[in-house]
Amino acid sequence: MGKEKKNTNRRKFLQNSLKLGTVLAAGAGSVIAANGNGDEKGSGETVKVLTTDGKVIEVEKKKACKIDPCEPPKGSEVRHGIPGRKFVMVIDLARCKNARQCIAGCQKGHNLASDVEWLKVYLMKDNENGEPYWFPRQCFHCDNPPCVKVCPVGATFKRQDNLVLVDVDRCIGCKFCVVACPYSVRVFNWKKPPESSVPREDYSPETSVPAQMGTIGKCDFCADRAREGKLPYCASSCPMGAIYYGDRNEDAVSNGTETLRFKQLIKERAGYRFKEELGTKPNVYYLPPVDRMFDYESGLKDLPEEKRHIYDDIISGDTQNE
Amino acid sequence: METSSISIKEFIPKLEKPSGKWYLWIGCLIVVVLFGLFALMRQFQEGQIITGMRDNAVWGIYTANFVFFMGLSYAGALISCTFQLLRISWGKPFLRIAELITVSSLVVGAPFILFCLGRLDRIQYLFVHGRIQSPITWDVIAISTDLVFCIAFLYFTHIRDFAKLRDIPDLKVAKWRKKLYRVLSLGYHGAPLQKKYLHQAHDIMAAIIIPTAIIAYSLLSWLFGMSLRPGWHSTIFGPYFVVTATYSGLALLIVIMWIYRKTGKLEAYFTNKQFSYLAFGLVLMTLIYGYFSFSEYITEWYNLTRANSILFAKLFDFSRFGGLEFIHIVFAIVVPLIVISIPWFRTVNSVAFVSLLIVVGLWVKRYLIVVPTLETPFIPIQDTRVEWVHYSPSWVELALTFSGIALMILIFVIAAKWAPIVPVAEVEDVEETAKPKLRFKLTGN
Repeated sequence: MGKEKKNTNRRKFLQNSLKLGTVLAAGAGSVIAANGNGDEKGSGETVKVLTTDGKVIEVEKKKACKIDPCEPPKGSEVRHGIPGRKFVMVIDLARCKNARQCIAGCQKGHNLASDVEWLKVYLMKDNENGEPYWFPRQCFHCDNPPCVKVCPVGATFKRQDNLVLVDVDRCIGCKFCVVACPYSVRVFNWKKPPESSVPREDYSPETSVPAQMGTIGKCDFCADRAREGKLPYCASSCPMGAIYYGDRNEDAVSNGTETLRFKQLIKERAGYRFKEELGTKPNVYYLPPVDRMFDYESGLKDLPEEKRHIYDDIISGDTQNE
Repeated sequence: METSSISIKEFIPKLEKPSGKWYLWIGCLIVVVLFGLFALMRQFQEGQIITGMRDNAVWGIYTANFVFFMGLSYAGALISCTFQLLRISWGKPFLRIAELITVSSLVVGAPFILFCLGRLDRIQYLFVHGRIQSPITWDVIAISTDLVFCIAFLYFTHIRDFAKLRDIPDLKVAKWRKKLYRVLSLGYHGAPLQKKYLHQAHDIMAAIIIPTAIIAYSLLSWLFGMSLRPGWHSTIFGPYFVVTATYSGLALLIVIMWIYRKTGKLEAYFTNKQFSYLAFGLVLMTLIYGYFSFSEYITEWYNLTRANSILFAKLFDFSRFGGLEFIHIVFAIVVPLIVISIPWFRTVNSVAFVSLLIVVGLWVKRYLIVVPTLETPFIPIQDTRVEWVHYSPSWVELALTFSGIALMILIFVIAAKWAPIVPVAEVEDVEETAKPKLRFKLTGN
């Protein structure tokens, strides 16, 4: 298949927005996509593909194309997203013990300064009688993102594969998105970010590296790693396997050791989304901290003495602030 | 041909060769402005790490100043245009001050939002990549429209005075200034048709500016109102901001009138009668502002949601924002009510002093709108960088704030050198035709 043909097919594929469905070869790093434009005459040869709802169907070979999604795209292409994907994350609160490996992995992977955390682990307590629990918080990549709405220059955008990314070449640093995000996800580069080995020309909103002073940075769901079929840094560095990452279309999420059915997991474990009432429609789901593997105190043990007092108010009272 | 009347002659010494004291005053103001520019340059080089803004309070006194100065501007516009349209003759002498407040605070206030930008060098993206969905774009459109209208209005009200100055043969000013007066007066010589058209132009601009100012300031309030945040996400925010703005602008007008009355010996124009009328307007605004503030607080306090309860605890806790809240309530509501409503306290000086307190109190209110809410996100702040949690302005932000105030005074000082601070032609008009008619008539039996 010629390169030109491939490109037109990809475009058509985007336009047809998955009328038939996709096969995702998990980990193989390639996608076979079927374009659903039915008015072309086929050759008769068919190929089997898996639809989003799990059915195997046959489509004409001519209408299916193989897409190599490994290379992060540049320019306006990056705003469309990886065809056929709907990335989601599921976090099992029963497994989190504030090991903070996810934070370290994220900081290393995105070349962040040691005090800049895109991913934070909060200690939460829902009510006076409740037991505190650890709550890792990535960007929720909302389907109704308040940050995208308020951006005056379109530097932050929502893609069809669920991701909300930031283009720091476009960002003017007004910080309105920081104000708009109800989850305190976004971080401003107040000072010069650490030196990066990646040259400025190789910047892509999918890798978020290198960062620029005076612009916004935030969790990018490791879009570049997803292209290669790898888990995000946080999920792969969690020693407890608390973070599952996957594709809603594929109905599968994985923490690296086990792969589960997404819908079934949410159904059976009463998965919920944080602050559903705000109407932002997040794409990160939490499994309630029942049958915990660790008590919350074990997460305090490894912290330096002076940092433990940050959580005093949460543990002692019902206040959620400071 | 209009003859140069006695009243313009009164102002001529003020317009002619400035004294050494005047140059010293200008010099000091310019030094303060330049220091602000130096601070801005440092911020540009070092990044916003040298401001007090951090991850939670990503906006600080820059935004408070922006809201404050823009409020003064819209108030000046509302006051001068309403007086113009309603033909309120006793208000004529101070209309130029109101118009100068409008333009000077707009010129000073608008840049403050730009100081918040991390990448000032990409400011053109606001136009190149502008998105109409963003409240910031609404503000860019509204403020630039407002600036054009207000400068046009200020100029229109100057034309007749420029013509008068042009017609004084023995005016001792530089040649280029005389030439400029001639150009700027657009050949106005008081013909009836010219007078009529100019008057119509005033009326049209005034009628356009009033809704523009209200829309622009409501849009500004929605920078906050559109956010999902405790204390901001309020339906009352648009009108509340407009009322606050009008209140602060009226207070500043009284303060500036008092300064000119004292320093420029203008008791003949800024009379006790005008101060009494304005004081009456001021106390009316105090009541309206107090009512708006009360209804804003009471509805959020009555059934406290979690986020609101945390915010309220901070606002009235003296170890946090309680002191500032106390200053706001006492300066902007309690003291004005007591001083203006009890006749024994009511003098020109006390009203001017109370007005100054109101201006300060309403600046504090703007700070209390911006900072406490930003320090109260839905997810608790558990930042390991303890020094990053609470906001306090750095020297850079303070330098730029004082620089803004200095620039506003500078504009006033220079404007008063250019043309009489009292719109002489307008005031004369009042004497000629005691009551210019409203052109708004109803027919019927």
